[in-house]
Amino acid sequence: MLTDVIKSRFPNIVTQACVDRVDNFIVIKREGIKDIASALRDDPQFDFNLLMDLFGVDYLHWEEKALRFEVIYNLYSLRKKHRLFIKAPVPEEDPSIDSVALVWPAADWYEREAWDMFGVRFKGHPNLKRILMYEEFQGHPLRKDYPYNFRQPLVGPKN
Amino acid sequence: MGEVDLSKFSLLTTKLNDAIGWARKYSIFQYPFVTACCGMEYMSVACAHYDIDRFGAGFPRFSPRQADVLFVVGTVSHKLAPILKKVYDQMCEPKWVVAFGVCTCTGGFYDNYATVMGIDTIIPVDVYIPGCPPRPENVLDGLMKLQEKIQKQKQEIV
Repeated sequence: MLTDVIKSRFPNIVTQACVDRVDNFIVIKREGIKDIASALRDDPQFDFNLLMDLFGVDYLHWEEKALRFEVIYNLYSLRKKHRLFIKAPVPEEDPSIDSVALVWPAADWYEREAWDMFGVRFKGHPNLKRILMYEEFQGHPLRKDYPYNFRQPLVGPKN
Repeated sequence: MGEVDLSKFSLLTTKLNDAIGWARKYSIFQYPFVTACCGMEYMSVACAHYDIDRFGAGFPRFSPRQADVLFVVGTVSHKLAPILKKVYDQMCEPKWVVAFGVCTCTGGFYDNYATVMGIDTIIPVDVYIPGCPPRPENVLDGLMKLQEKIQKQKQEIV
């Protein structure tokens, strides 16, 4: 199994590995994301040359989650045709993780989006600024403690 | 030479007012400010099937300086709002605004951090066309209501 191979290859980084129906998941420590990302891309055994998606999750109301945020990477190999989800829990007091924009250039805008929406800081990102909201916007709108209808208009009344 | 007493020419001035209104209502140059899915319905209205040209509004101008009517078609977000305001301010008088679709009228089903709750919080609106999206017939009805409004109003000649 792919997840078992990865877990035995990176025992210090991977904390959990599981298969849910057809999808492979691994949970890692956030410090190891850069190492495991470049290894998964370059090793011909894994050959994950495509970063399909990267997003943040806020688990504020999930009591079973010790850490509030999670960054999820969706990797795909075009040649081997296999897929892997990497989950990296991120604590609330220091919401940051290493950037993988230099491993997969596609991560550039995804990481900007995750920063914009969830406030997860990607260390080493070449241009980490808001991508969807405007610069004057305060806070991060997809965080669960952001009031869903709190508006910050640039012109006109606060309605 | 003193001031001309216009009341002596009341027949002439009202007829002039009507004539200008008639000319203006059948020569609408629109500026389509299309941002979302309502744009498909706008295209349908503009094309041969419903043919907005029958009402004299078949000539979209893509510069606000050459347009009379601003068609705001689709959801307007807070990021876009200053641009909409700027486009409105660039239009020459006389100018009218049509809010096309329920998102521009009231914000529609959006009630979140991103969406403007009706463009009338930013710019004045003459005709509201609700619907998600409105049927082409509905749009033509709105256009005819706008034409009525143009005909009835006092024609300012700038």
